[in-house]
Amino acid sequence: MNKTINVTVNGTKHTLDVEPRLLLVHMIREVLSMTGTHIGCDTSSCGACTILLDGKSIKSCTVLAVQADGKSITTIEGLAPEGGPLHPLQEGFKENHGLHCGFCTPGMIMRCVELLEHNNNPTEDEIRWGISGNLCRCTGYNNIVKAVQWAGAKMRGEETPSTEPEFV
Amino acid sequence: MIQCKTSKAIGGMGHSLKRKEDARFIQGKGNYVDDVKLPGMLYMDIVRSPYAYAKIKKINIEEAMRVPGVVAVVTGRDLEKYNLHWMPTLMSDTQMVLPTDTVMYQSQEVAAVIATTKYAARDGREAVIVEYEPMKPVIDPFKALDPTAPVLRSDKEGKADNHIWNWKVGDKEKTDELFETADVVVKEQMHIPRIHVASIETCGCVADYSKVNNHLTMYMTTQAPHAIRTVIALVAGHVGLTEEKVRVIAPDIGGGFGGKVPVYPGYVIAIAVSFLVGKPVKWIEDRSENLQADSFARDYHITAEMAGTKDGKILGTRFKILADHGYTDASANPSKFPTGMFSIATGSYDYGTTYMECDAVYTNKPPGGVAYRCSFRVTEAVHAIERITDRFAFEVGKDPADLRMQNFIKKEDFPWKSPTGWIYDSGDYHAGLQKAMDALNYDELRREQAEKRAKGELMGIGISTFTEIVGAGPSKDFDILGIKMFDSAEIRVHPTGKAIARFGTKSQGQGHETTYAQIIAEELGIPAENIAIEEGDTDTAPYGLGTYASRSTPTAGAAAAVAARKLRDKARKIAAYLLEVSEDDLEWEPGKFFVKGAPEKAKTIQEIVFAAYTNHPQGMEAGFEATHYYDPPNLTFPSGAYICVVDIDRETCEIKVRRFVAIDDCGNIINPMIVQGQVHGGLTQGIAPAMYEELIYDESGNILNGTFMDYLVPTAVESPSWETGHTVTPSPHHPIGAKGVGESPTVGAPPAIANAIVDALTPFGITHLDIPITPFKIFKALKEKGVFAS
Repeated sequence: MNKTINVTVNGTKHTLDVEPRLLLVHMIREVLSMTGTHIGCDTSSCGACTILLDGKSIKSCTVLAVQADGKSITTIEGLAPEGGPLHPLQEGFKENHGLHCGFCTPGMIMRCVELLEHNNNPTEDEIRWGISGNLCRCTGYNNIVKAVQWAGAKMRGEETPSTEPEFV
Repeated sequence: MIQCKTSKAIGGMGHSLKRKEDARFIQGKGNYVDDVKLPGMLYMDIVRSPYAYAKIKKINIEEAMRVPGVVAVVTGRDLEKYNLHWMPTLMSDTQMVLPTDTVMYQSQEVAAVIATTKYAARDGREAVIVEYEPMKPVIDPFKALDPTAPVLRSDKEGKADNHIWNWKVGDKEKTDELFETADVVVKEQMHIPRIHVASIETCGCVADYSKVNNHLTMYMTTQAPHAIRTVIALVAGHVGLTEEKVRVIAPDIGGGFGGKVPVYPGYVIAIAVSFLVGKPVKWIEDRSENLQADSFARDYHITAEMAGTKDGKILGTRFKILADHGYTDASANPSKFPTGMFSIATGSYDYGTTYMECDAVYTNKPPGGVAYRCSFRVTEAVHAIERITDRFAFEVGKDPADLRMQNFIKKEDFPWKSPTGWIYDSGDYHAGLQKAMDALNYDELRREQAEKRAKGELMGIGISTFTEIVGAGPSKDFDILGIKMFDSAEIRVHPTGKAIARFGTKSQGQGHETTYAQIIAEELGIPAENIAIEEGDTDTAPYGLGTYASRSTPTAGAAAAVAARKLRDKARKIAAYLLEVSEDDLEWEPGKFFVKGAPEKAKTIQEIVFAAYTNHPQGMEAGFEATHYYDPPNLTFPSGAYICVVDIDRETCEIKVRRFVAIDDCGNIINPMIVQGQVHGGLTQGIAPAMYEELIYDESGNILNGTFMDYLVPTAVESPSWETGHTVTPSPHHPIGAKGVGESPTVGAPPAIANAIVDALTPFGITHLDIPITPFKIFKALKEKGVFAS
């Protein structure tokens, strides 16, 4: 028995007919064909599916589409206009080599959007704890931390740290 | 500070250019296999065995076929009709696609459900009823060789045991004699347990067969698209899928690490179904399937021994291995190397005597073995040599750094022939270790440790100095299923001076779109940002063996440089023609040829390329294109010196990595930022097996941690703040002197961490602990030594 829901996705209102058991991540990827949000685990562990639900970062594999009825979601595609200026976090990840294969990246960035909104000058420890729900297998996390610190500086209107790699 | 020959605007070797591929990934516009959506596409889900070893009595598909949306259920009997129920492995063994009578590991594929939606396929999967007759599985590899153990591969004619093969290298007689007479002999039993690559993207494909065109397009998470195409043609050519009718497309791949090299049954079933129904079939495994059934890594039981003098001179090593391969030998090694490059286990030390022997056995576990950044078993080899070297240092009472310095192969002795026949190309091991020691103020750390020890506090310092062996490989010795392991680059420059280059490798995050462009920019002076790089489509890319085992820079990177140099030679001829001088009168600087002594008389590479299309010398071929298939003359030998400092809580036994310094030598560096990124990532995949990851089976063959709930991939909290640096000893035989680096950190880090933890515990008489070293393992070891006696 399908249910009709109204969800605002990246600013656009959608009226959809969905199975009650449809996961929000499948609504985004399969129904709306927005494939920037990824699936990396059975449920809840990897964070690749992280999006914003009414401004809070959530794992969209652990939320049913029907739970988003009447709510607003932001996915990676909604963070910046296509071809337009990037969100400081997107720029930060690129400038600081915060990604390799790119698969965890959308979820990681969306998690960090809320992290920086909550505290735009986090310490390294706060960043590491803040992203501990998002797994990355490629980067070793060092440069993700750098990217977030860089983005934080930009958002505070300060001079951004050097993006040159540092060696011993 | 790396000296660059080109300007930043050109972006050749040594520049930390930001990556070209990032633009699509940071905006969610990557194109991974699960993003592929084709009209009429069907979805496939796989029914898997709950038993490690069982006979299949009956597969009941009636209920599944009644599920709305389900269009078919495929079993082994269906595939048998086309002789597709078994397939060859990369090591010339055989592997089931779908079983007809016996399952051999828990989570083995048993049937496939095809449906019109993803959810219907899952519903159908739940509705398939399989009747099994469970048998007692063989799980312990040591027991697999018992004469009373069941013969697992009774499908092989004449097979009477579970032994797969025996491998040996070195001089047994000389080594045994040395070990009998040497002053000091140390021995440790080590198990390097099964782990799983667990790339964040699991494996999957969309098999798209068109009955109209008799053509298969296979979108696939594969690190080696051309090899896959050839294998498909070899296996299914008899039903019409000959090689020109098959196109393999590896799109963006979310991490490979070796786990996306093998041909998994799911791919073959998807192709078979698509072929039969003429519609696209998508199969994407979920995480638990990935962890429980895909290519595992490691699982070597090693007896490691070292012999030497009382004052610390290493004289010889001896290694005996029992290799647990699961139910078939599907490890992804070059065919003549069943233990991969394990024979590099002689290490970075100057001595002449070794003997190594390995027996591989079948067990009721998934097949695989070569994955997780192992560099073809170099992770196992380096863990063994670096652990036993530390053990030897402790036995003779020498500081582990001093002992290594005393025994290193000297810089001036390269090229150096190892006791197992490898010719190490170059290295400066003394400089590497010294740099690591200076970065940490090593002597100060030892002083601190002595103070802490006096107070009963647990602090450890661990060193790992490794020699890697990558770049497989010279055609003389290396092949995969008979295909030689060259690699290729094809470069084409357009009239307006921009270029496209295609390769036989396939990046899964290593940054080839940037680094290959930098290699070409270095040779031709065309800005890297003007050079588009493509990989992964077998219809357009030149033939190659793919990306794994850190081989891309040594092989395809070399091909790019050689092809670019062919173009530069052509450019010289055109420049001479345009400037009306002889070729000898010209000099090159990045991006232009100019007349010696008259630098204002010059032609830029862009002007030269334009002329190749509009004003080329008569008799010369028009256009500006070159291809090269590079057959490496030798492997390359990156190296490294890693030092790890740990503090262990005396009561909880919790381990904190206080500092970790990694000094890597990968020869000439193409992009320092990307090299550093590779090291960071590899180090986190090094601490993972050292402290957190292990696939655990019980005696019934049940996997106890087959999901991310219990298989502990490090998060940003567990992963330390890595410190990295480098030394540079270019490879003398490589066109750009580069060696490759991707797997060095995963090779070097686990023994550094294990050595650090053991070092903290040596005051209690503990000389070895198997990885992963957990607080509980430490607690047990200390308890055994009476430390927690009340």
